[in-house]
Amino acid sequence: MSNILEVKDLNVAYGGIKAVKGISFEVAEGEIVTLIGANGAGKSSTLRSIVGLVKPASGSVVLKGEEIAKLPPEQIVNRGITLVPEGRRVFADLTVLENLKIGAYLRKDSLEEDLNWCYDLFPRLKERSWQLAGTLSGGEQQMLAIARALMSRPDIIMMDEPSLGLAPIIVQGVFDIIREINRQGKTILLVEQNANMALHAAHHAYVMETGRITMTGTGMELAENEEVKAAYLGKARE
Amino acid sequence: MDWFSRNLPYFLAGISVGGQYALIAIGYTMVYGILRLINFAHGDIFMVAGLLMVYLSASLPVFLAIPLVIILTVLIGFTVERVAYKPLRQAPRMSVMISAIGVSYLLQNLALYITGGLAQQYPAIPWVSDQITVFGASTKRVTVITPFLTIILVILLVILIKKTKIGMAMRAASKDFETSQLMGIRINSVISTTFIIGSFLAAIGSLLFFSNYTGVTPTIGTMPGLKAFVAAVFGGIGSIPGAVIGAFIIGICENMIMMLNQYVRFDISNFKDAFAFLLLIIILLFKPTGLFGEKQTDKV
Repeated sequence: MSNILEVKDLNVAYGGIKAVKGISFEVAEGEIVTLIGANGAGKSSTLRSIVGLVKPASGSVVLKGEEIAKLPPEQIVNRGITLVPEGRRVFADLTVLENLKIGAYLRKDSLEEDLNWCYDLFPRLKERSWQLAGTLSGGEQQMLAIARALMSRPDIIMMDEPSLGLAPIIVQGVFDIIREINRQGKTILLVEQNANMALHAAHHAYVMETGRITMTGTGMELAENEEVKAAYLGKARE
Repeated sequence: MDWFSRNLPYFLAGISVGGQYALIAIGYTMVYGILRLINFAHGDIFMVAGLLMVYLSASLPVFLAIPLVIILTVLIGFTVERVAYKPLRQAPRMSVMISAIGVSYLLQNLALYITGGLAQQYPAIPWVSDQITVFGASTKRVTVITPFLTIILVILLVILIKKTKIGMAMRAASKDFETSQLMGIRINSVISTTFIIGSFLAAIGSLLFFSNYTGVTPTIGTMPGLKAFVAAVFGGIGSIPGAVIGAFIIGICENMIMMLNQYVRFDISNFKDAFAFLLLIIILLFKPTGLFGEKQTDKV
């Protein structure tokens, strides 16, 4: 399988503080790849620099064979990658339908098919399509944020902490959706603090610590790894 | 003369001036909505539109001068944003505000240099500036046209913002730059669009305002600009309906003071301008977010 996204020697700095220190990783087409790590490990900064919200200090980001590291966000998202931001960030004053439409802002073709697809995936959104997004519950807002990202017809979707602040049963639903979207052909790069769920969903996984990638393997390998268990899965070494 | 025909002109003038303030106030409130910037140069853009009309109509027929004034004013508003505000996008908000004050003085001083400080006679626009009689009260036609034109423009603007793609992008960008960028929205073009709309409406406002006024001076933009700003704050800065309602209230109340002036023994007409600022103080004391303002306000 070919790599849809290749990150090489990526450095991200805010002022003098280095958040990401020369990381490299690949995402193969059709996979779920997860990046786990503690708070402040640089996971979000990695995603934000891939999509162009933060300019990387150095390094390369290659999407489908094309270098995108120096492009502005609107040109990057136009090349088939998108980010579901941390904290959902739905447009609270826009209706659910408008949120979906704005997800497809760069598209000029008909949205009918994709709207129906999103409504099939998330029937709650169809019921509430005329409601303001701000009136939805946290879980519904997360679904909307994912659906909004799907509306741009991306090849790869990055998600930043989609389970953050949601009740366990809702988290399960979010992960079911992630698997379902992946099954329907979308590549997913997932950043999570819920390492247990993320590792079990992922084909490949990377562990980030203080701006560096310290471990890599398949999701199951890392889920069984003693160090990972101790540090991220809350299970003591035996 | 009976009571009605004696006082009607004040009502008409109030509604008319209110409409003119509204057209300026929309520029303040839209720019604030998206950039959280009080564009102090906006009143001076209004003045420049007045001067442009004076000079262009001297050499061109009015029907050519009017569209040219509008186009040039829009161009100036667009350029001011690109040159004076855009480079400061990452700077603290205070820097942008100081830049706006700088632009305001620059435009005033350029106008002073060009006009030599003399009031320039505003041209009479045929039909619009004609005297007409409404219910026995004599007034200029522009007085009657203004409120209708204002309301039509506001309705068109609301449709633009509610129904079109660029309007949706403006609403999204005014809440969250970063997520808007993730959607592929180019923030700079949304901001430019906002300035273009604001300047366009200020140019129309200028045509209407000066048709009822004696002349254009370099500082003439300050007072209508300030009152429009107060209207925007009163209505809840960032809200378009709020700014329009605020502007009509200020315009009408000002002229009510002039009307009352006929009946009182001492001269209160000087308080006409003070009213808007009294209103500003009252609204800031009792409802700082204005009539339709957002609950959270940012520190300027």
